[in-house]
Amino acid sequence: MHKMLNIKIDGKPVKVPENHTILQAADEAGIHIPRLCYHPKLPAIGACRVCIVEVEGMKQYPPACCTKVNEGMNIRTNTPNIRMARRDIVELILDNHPRNCQICEKNNNCELQSLANTLGVREFRYEGERKKYNADSSFSLTRDPEKCILCGKCVRVCAQIQGVNALTYAYRGFKSTVMPAFNLPIQDSVCINCGQCTLFCPTAALMEKDSTEEVWKNLHDPEKTVIVQIAPAVRVAIGEAFGLPPGTDKTGATVTALRMLGFDVIFDTQFSADLTIMEEGHELIERIKQNGKLPMFTSCCPGWVKFCEHFHPDFLDNISTCKSPQQMMGALIKTYYAKKSTIPKEKIYSVSIMPCTAKKFEATRPEMNSSGFRDVDAVLTTRELIKMIRQAGIQFEKLADSEFDDPLGESTGAATIFGVTGGVMEAALRTAYEVLTCNELPGIDFKPVRGMEGIREATVEINDMKINVAVLYSLSNVNKILSEIRAGKRNYHFIEIMACPGGCLGGGGQPYPQGATDPLDKQFYQQRAQGLYHIDQNKKYRKSHVNPQISKIYQDFLTQPLGSVSHELLHTHYHVRTPRGITHISEETVSL
Amino acid sequence: MTITVKKTEITPEMKKKLGQLAAFIKSQTPLHDNQSLLMSVLHYIQILFGFLPREAMELVSEQLHIPTAHIHGMATFYNYFTLKPRAPYQIFMCKGTACYVAGGARVLDKLKEVLKTDIGENSPDGLFSLNITRCLGCCGLSPVMQINEDIHVRIVPEKIPEIIEHYKQKHKKKNIESTQTEIGGFEHPAQ
Ligand code: SF4
Ligand code: SF4
Ligand code: SF4
Ligand code: FES
Repeated sequence: MHKMLNIKIDGKPVKVPENHTILQAADEAGIHIPRLCYHPKLPAIGACRVCIVEVEGMKQYPPACCTKVNEGMNIRTNTPNIRMARRDIVELILDNHPRNCQICEKNNNCELQSLANTLGVREFRYEGERKKYNADSSFSLTRDPEKCILCGKCVRVCAQIQGVNALTYAYRGFKSTVMPAFNLPIQDSVCINCGQCTLFCPTAALMEKDSTEEVWKNLHDPEKTVIVQIAPAVRVAIGEAFGLPPGTDKTGATVTALRMLGFDVIFDTQFSADLTIMEEGHELIERIKQNGKLPMFTSCCPGWVKFCEHFHPDFLDNISTCKSPQQMMGALIKTYYAKKSTIPKEKIYSVSIMPCTAKKFEATRPEMNSSGFRDVDAVLTTRELIKMIRQAGIQFEKLADSEFDDPLGESTGAATIFGVTGGVMEAALRTAYEVLTCNELPGIDFKPVRGMEGIREATVEINDMKINVAVLYSLSNVNKILSEIRAGKRNYHFIEIMACPGGCLGGGGQPYPQGATDPLDKQFYQQRAQGLYHIDQNKKYRKSHVNPQISKIYQDFLTQPLGSVSHELLHTHYHVRTPRGITHISEETVSL
Repeated sequence: MTITVKKTEITPEMKKKLGQLAAFIKSQTPLHDNQSLLMSVLHYIQILFGFLPREAMELVSEQLHIPTAHIHGMATFYNYFTLKPRAPYQIFMCKGTACYVAGGARVLDKLKEVLKTDIGENSPDGLFSLNITRCLGCCGLSPVMQINEDIHVRIVPEKIPEIIEHYKQKHKKKNIESTQTEIGGFEHPAQ
């Protein structure tokens, strides 16, 4: 227990633990001190100085985010001097920032803009030299260093949460810039495209690579049949942009909106998530029975897969060879469905709506072309879909529900929970249990693999066989566990890995948290998770292998899990990537 | 200006120096963590190579287990380190008023043309770097240009090719003389 200290904030006496900073103390006392570089889950670095306060007896204004409280401290957060100084600081940041809010992607979602507005900046008083840099982009992200305010949140989230260290502060003073190693294009860096930095960036300096224009073009092309799929995590977050609480199930309304936007056929990535379970489940059973490489890792997360290719190439054979649900669906659309519907595959334009920026990269992997064409032509994030809905003037709040199209629109609750950490594991266990024992599963929920901790483990008994499983998110947790597996300290059969905290529901392409909520807020992510579990509970089918359309596709087309057709269309391979990533093992576990 | 650190051509000499660097890193014992060695290792590289080649930073990253992004950040933070080799001939063309009026601008254009480079950059052969300066203190003899310790006065554009050629020849001669000289005898400042 920490000792409690008595302090005063704006005249109000409060008791706070001695390890608190002024900013934490104020948060608890219900006073929001303005901030740009502080985030509760990241080490405070005092970069922006927006959080300055007045402390009795101190000559300077200390930054609240990195000043610890003292017994008897008398803090004032809202004096005329502080208000003026804070405004000056923000004005100075604005002075070195492009003045084009109206045409900026981040307009209305920009922390700098809203802070300037809240603090009452009404004119530009400090005209000076402005930094000039070229924008840079990868398949997943765009970087515009001219809009960067050097808060360093991206650098910290990439290092501490993801263990990737793709970004750094370089140079100093006026030339100071955040960039990838050697100032190379981010495409040539170890960046794994998770997009977490885009959730943290207060401005438009880091954003997803936009694909909406390309999708619009194809939607308006009469020659094209545009087919779309939606990932599980999208449906419980999209409503947030239209004023609904996180976790609200907007599956039906999203399908309606997609039809109104002009998509011709609407499928559900959850169908191919069920298919993933069939293939991956059988792969696991085979690996266990035939002494294959273990532990087996899930392969649904392209952020994790690229991370493994850069940082842990010695584990590449441990990743399941299954393509991700997005890519399985892509492959089926241009083979199975093209044949069935007699639409020529070259006329199909295949779009997916994902909570994820890494999926944009995944779709461009050269090997993802089972039909001879790209399996998936364009990937939109949840945020981009929201933008298109707005551009089309669709009043999302008023939409009635509609249904996915046949035959790739049917799914089970097991597939829905792919969107939350632990979900793929739970779905796999539901099916593996029944396939191996030929008995019906007594209780359907595998509670031990649920939860929001970054590292979870469980042992499941199936047919007297003890199967050790683990569920991980945040790649810095993965660094730690992999090094312990190498050292023989941990022993698992099957591990689920998602790059993003909380799983895909916390993906880098999800809506920005609204109001005072921070990204990585536990309660916020739990609400999205509850949304998914709720959908699962109310589904007619809750185990992948009982999905009637899954049985049908095996009968009509794929023959059997791990069969030769599956092998060709649904499985893939991985390769070592440069630059080689350097892992930093941190003792602490990252958890929401 | 921020620069992109490109790959360096791996000459036998470069290879040898990288070997030396690897040995140096191995010989060091960190005070607490590897991070604490980074400064002295970067110093060593700067002296050994005359700049920080990307390959050397990558080697440090692998051996000390520090991400390259972090090393690059450190390398650009301190003015002491340079990311490009320093050209052996540093040209300073005066752009002060007197020189300017006397036709300095045309001389500068000619320099850019002959050296195929821009202000603040190295010539493609790596021999010259072109810089401007404000006054060399001999305005009466303008336009003035300094190349290392030599001052060239009353230059006209037509004279530039000849002057540059002179330094190229000088460099060639020096190189032949020094081929046998070893690079050894290096002492790290911290030792
Ligand atoms: S996308 Fe992920 S890996 Fe890439 S820079 Fe951002 S946080 Fe780092
Ligand atoms: S890119 Fe964004 S998050 Fe990163 S330092 Fe700049 S403003 Fe901050
Ligand atoms: S966890 Fe999900 S959202 Fe995040 S990178 Fe992986 S697949 Fe994408
Ligand atoms: S929020 Fe405290 S210095 Fe930036």
